[in-house]
Amino acid sequence: MNKNTEWQTIIGLEIHAQLATKSKIFSGSSTKYGAAPNTQANAVDLGLPGVLPVINEQAIFMAVKFGLAIGAEIPKKSIFARKNYFYPDLPKGYQISQFELPIVSNGQIEIDIDENNKKIIRITRAHLEEDAGKSNHDDFLNNTGVDLNRAGNPLLEIVSEPDMNNAKEAVNYLKKIHSLVQYLKICDGNMQEGSFRCDANVSIRPIDKEELGIRAEIKNLNSFKFIEAAINYEVDRQIELIESGKKVVQETRLYDPNKNETRSMRSKEEANDYRYFPDPDLLPILITDETKKKIKEEIPELPDIKRKRYISELDLSKYDSNNLTINPDIANYFEETFRITKEAKMCANWIMGDLSASLNKNNINLKDSPVSAKMLGEMINLIKNNTISGKIAKVVFEAMWNGDGNAKEIIENKNLQQVTDSKEIEKIVTETITENKPQVEQYKNSSDEKKQKLIGFFVGKVMKKSKGKANPSQVNELLRKKLDN
Amino acid sequence: MSLDKSEIQNIALLARLTIDEDDIASHCKELADIIDLIEKMNSVDTASIEPLAHPLDLFSRLRTDNVTEKNERENFQANATETKDGYYLVPKVIE
Repeated sequence: MNKNTEWQTIIGLEIHAQLATKSKIFSGSSTKYGAAPNTQANAVDLGLPGVLPVINEQAIFMAVKFGLAIGAEIPKKSIFARKNYFYPDLPKGYQISQFELPIVSNGQIEIDIDENNKKIIRITRAHLEEDAGKSNHDDFLNNTGVDLNRAGNPLLEIVSEPDMNNAKEAVNYLKKIHSLVQYLKICDGNMQEGSFRCDANVSIRPIDKEELGIRAEIKNLNSFKFIEAAINYEVDRQIELIESGKKVVQETRLYDPNKNETRSMRSKEEANDYRYFPDPDLLPILITDETKKKIKEEIPELPDIKRKRYISELDLSKYDSNNLTINPDIANYFEETFRITKEAKMCANWIMGDLSASLNKNNINLKDSPVSAKMLGEMINLIKNNTISGKIAKVVFEAMWNGDGNAKEIIENKNLQQVTDSKEIEKIVTETITENKPQVEQYKNSSDEKKQKLIGFFVGKVMKKSKGKANPSQVNELLRKKLDN
Repeated sequence: MSLDKSEIQNIALLARLTIDEDDIASHCKELADIIDLIEKMNSVDTASIEPLAHPLDLFSRLRTDNVTEKNERENFQANATETKDGYYLVPKVIE
């Protein structure tokens, strides 16, 4: 290949979403994150002889819900298979997964590729499987410690077609699925805790060739930032290899965020030969039309539709509606404040402005915000009815954030009511004019355009004198009246 | 159908079985016989028959999503070869 070859990147993603069930997929052990090692690992999870798996209906329903939301086929009959391999965190020597007849097949989802263009990403299949345990290689001198709390947690593996052509598209697709599973309430989407993780299959080919190149699989990517970096690194690595006359080998690679590189996982280089076969311990699953109908009714308004509605009904910008629909928590928060205030744009500004800033600064989730949607909505209403100015509202918001009570209480306690008494405002305006004679002269001798600018100076002075409490539009009006006389 | 020595060794490796060098020939024959039997079954025309995923023509009963198990780590670990700090210990696995 010569150096001028133009390369096309081909990416397919496998996403593992941990389903938000209370108990494991085949046993009644808890799935709660963060428990002490092996306190949530019982006979079935440990793979003790003589135990039998019993399927958790919620895991099935959640998978069906996902399938319905991506317009996929959900066959009446679905089966589980054994995927055979040996590793200490897989005590049975096989993982119960699905091979033939997965629960969901042939769905699709639309992603934005830039401001104006969209693209369909096909989803080949989504199948149910159990998670493996966790190995701890670091804390024991000559041993590996095995924690089987995670063993048997329900996973939905979502497999895309190789329809993405750069890291950005891959991240957009991933974010879309991440948002969707949270809206459907089938996964908490927590990437730090590993509830939502992804493997990327990456290959390159000359732009004019049909045939796919040899792909590398990058494992266990658990943040959007790392996924983008890992794919970009891997594409550069493959181009460099081929352009220097070498070959890409099919292998599993691990991304190292500290060094920003991917490296080969030699231990897994052995040819994958999982010898799948239907699990004789589990009968097929039947999904009736009735079940599907019932689950379909539980699907809430999904982000794409919500976004369009915010633009068309609430007159919000594309930017605002994108941000307000990223996850159901923020959308619910927004809708609650909107219900109270009927002021979409003001709500959007406060949520994406002061509220987001405070959440980020203190590293708090919206769910745990000290300022509830109700509190924010009530405060916005007090701006609307001129009890406080937008500027004072920032002080009120901060006080609410610090737990000083709701807006009304804070305004009363700190005496922050806007001054709308025109006599009182007039008094301050008159004072200000007397104290700033040179500027008054300047104003009087200025063009209309210049006057417009100078009036701001006076408004500022008056507001400062009134500690921000004077009603700005009244101040403006009075000043003009007096100065233009 | 015949199997060669390396195929037998690979199958044994995948199943983590240690096999005697001397037994390979007989394993070859026995496994080849099984494959022959399957090939014989494959020759039956089943085009009009729906594949069966399980010998019982039934569907799974599903379980309600409730936590029914409690922490029994102590009991389970009493049977383990080696444990520490709540972990099951195995020989070091090098990545």
